Amino acid sequence: MSLLQVRNLVVEFPSRHGVLRALDQVSFDIAPGEILGVVGESGAGKSLTGAAIIGLLEPPGRIAAGEVWLQGERIDNLSQQQLRPLRGRKIGAIFQDPLTSLNPLYTVGQQLVETIRTHLPMSNSSARARAIALLEETGIPAAAQRIDHYPHQFSGGMRQRVVIALALAAEPVLIVADEPTTALDVSIQAQIIGLLKRLCRDHGAAVMLITHDMGVIAETCDRVAVMYAGRVAEIGPVHRVINQPAHPYTRGLMAAIPDIDSERERLYQIDGAMPRLNAIPSGCAFHPRCPQAFERCGLERPELTAGGAGQAACWLALEGRM
Amino acid sequence: MTQPLVQAIQIAKRFDVSPPWLNRVLERKPRLLLTAVDGVSFDIERGQTLALVGESGCGKSTVARLLVGLYGTSQGRVLFDGQDAQAGFQSAQAQALRRRIQMIFQDPYASLNPRWTVQDIVGEPLSEHRLVTERDALQQRVVQLLKSVGLGAQDLLRYPHQFSGGQRQRISIARALATEPEFLVCDEPTSALDVSVQAQVLNIMKDLQAARGLTYLFISHNMAVVRHMSDRVGVMYLGRLVELAPKKALFARPRHPYTRMLLDAIPKMRQTGQARVPVQGEVPNPLNPPTGCSFHPRCPHANARCAAERPAWQVDDEGAGVACHAVQEGRL
Repeated sequence: MSLLQVRNLVVEFPSRHGVLRALDQVSFDIAPGEILGVVGESGAGKSLTGAAIIGLLEPPGRIAAGEVWLQGERIDNLSQQQLRPLRGRKIGAIFQDPLTSLNPLYTVGQQLVETIRTHLPMSNSSARARAIALLEETGIPAAAQRIDHYPHQFSGGMRQRVVIALALAAEPVLIVADEPTTALDVSIQAQIIGLLKRLCRDHGAAVMLITHDMGVIAETCDRVAVMYAGRVAEIGPVHRVINQPAHPYTRGLMAAIPDIDSERERLYQIDGAMPRLNAIPSGCAFHPRCPQAFERCGLERPELTAGGAGQAACWLALEGRM
Repeated sequence: MTQPLVQAIQIAKRFDVSPPWLNRVLERKPRLLLTAVDGVSFDIERGQTLALVGESGCGKSTVARLLVGLYGTSQGRVLFDGQDAQAGFQSAQAQALRRRIQMIFQDPYASLNPRWTVQDIVGEPLSEHRLVTERDALQQRVVQLLKSVGLGAQDLLRYPHQFSGGQRQRISIARALATEPEFLVCDEPTSALDVSVQAQVLNIMKDLQAARGLTYLFISHNMAVVRHMSDRVGVMYLGRLVELAPKKALFARPRHPYTRMLLDAIPKMRQTGQARVPVQGEVPNPLNPPTGCSFHPRCPHANARCAAERPAWQVDDEGAGVACHAVQEGRL
């Protein structure tokens, strides 16, 4: 039984030049306790997928079709009022910039206590004790003193620890982490990723980890979904997708990353750029950039078939030409 | 032995970050100096690439700005082709010197004027330096430059917002190449770009270097990109160079504990699910740097001497330098 089911999700932005389809028939599942990576380049729709699940789409963006189910309950059609108790309690969120996700006018403790008391029946003092315990768990030294500090008194890495504590405060079953380490230096990144992984395992929370960094995906996730132009191009166990990518886009993406362990004179490059939303190519959205495209790719859209260990939305793979 | 094109000799840069005069008087606050770069020396040979790596706040961008003359040095000298660059930028020949040194910035969204067409942007250095004065010839030259970075005549009258991030960075490269410089300072040229686009830009930069014999100072925080682009690599920490070595040696046998830490911190792509060795601690406040070796509070090999005494720069036979007591004492 899946914890989260996303079925044929379509997100559209009405604009003066017609309706822009930013997410097109996105489907995936997350099992309880699983870490699903969502990877793609800017404009692929990965953050939008996260926002649609939490119900934080910025108007005029709207879910035009499809369904989102959390623990067997449909959540995509809930009102903002019905969503409020769900956010934080069932789904926690971690965003890229820890400074903008914390309120600069309240101490870290006030923000944690407020979050805990909103969702859990607790007295002020027991909520504060829980807040200190959470901060300790995230590795903040002298948590009992630091709890009364303001966000600006923490460094970037420490702030992201506070944000993780906030996301976990009400024991959610799912955490949506959108580029949680992109704003951090590599040495801090390893600390935060390790922490996120350990805490989610201890608390039994599943994670949807959105990032553009394949390295982070490789070391953290159980499964990975590769997105391109608002669609899922390939999904499967992380080991399989990285070592034997089935979609030409995934293969190109992997080859384009400079490798620290080997040297090549030239990097593989995918020519062209991600299409704009008002000019998504017909058929497979990747076909104009694909070195192996053939006639059918431009005419018919390949589907990501349901079931199985891993799949790619690619005619080469579907027709068994590879 | 030929002379290196660029030589930095013990360069330092201090910024005055004191509170305003009134606060200093009324609240008796002292003057505050932030040492962003603290005694950095290196050479760059003609046609070679020196990469500087380090985390945010280590002073690598300040070094870049010192070399192109955007900042003056507080101490030390920069020699360009044997001449003092600081003096050169203030002399009558400043224009000629600027023509030979150009810079590519990190953010292609901020470094291009949104109200100018590509023709204006790439053509400006040409007319500013009076390299091409005639209008048709100017346009021809701009098209030629655009073609060298994979753009074309159809892009002349378009504005920056009509291009993607990677294309914009290529426009900045074309602009930097307009004056036919010998030395290009590239400050994180691909960190704002996606990986597939990053590959396009890095390939173009390598091709241009081979075709024109360019010399690069390549600043990055990404070790894998540095490995791909550089001949020699300098590692900076809190304003100081802690290790400088030929690329092969540095990646095969990193010596300074900080370099090892940076290399260990990179996620390994092919071994899924394997956790990195997390580093303890964070970069200290540069206003109040640790005594002795500035890395000692985070270093697993630190002892009392590291906390007390600043390690000297020691160069071995292969020209690789390191500043670390543990390495020099043979403890590492």
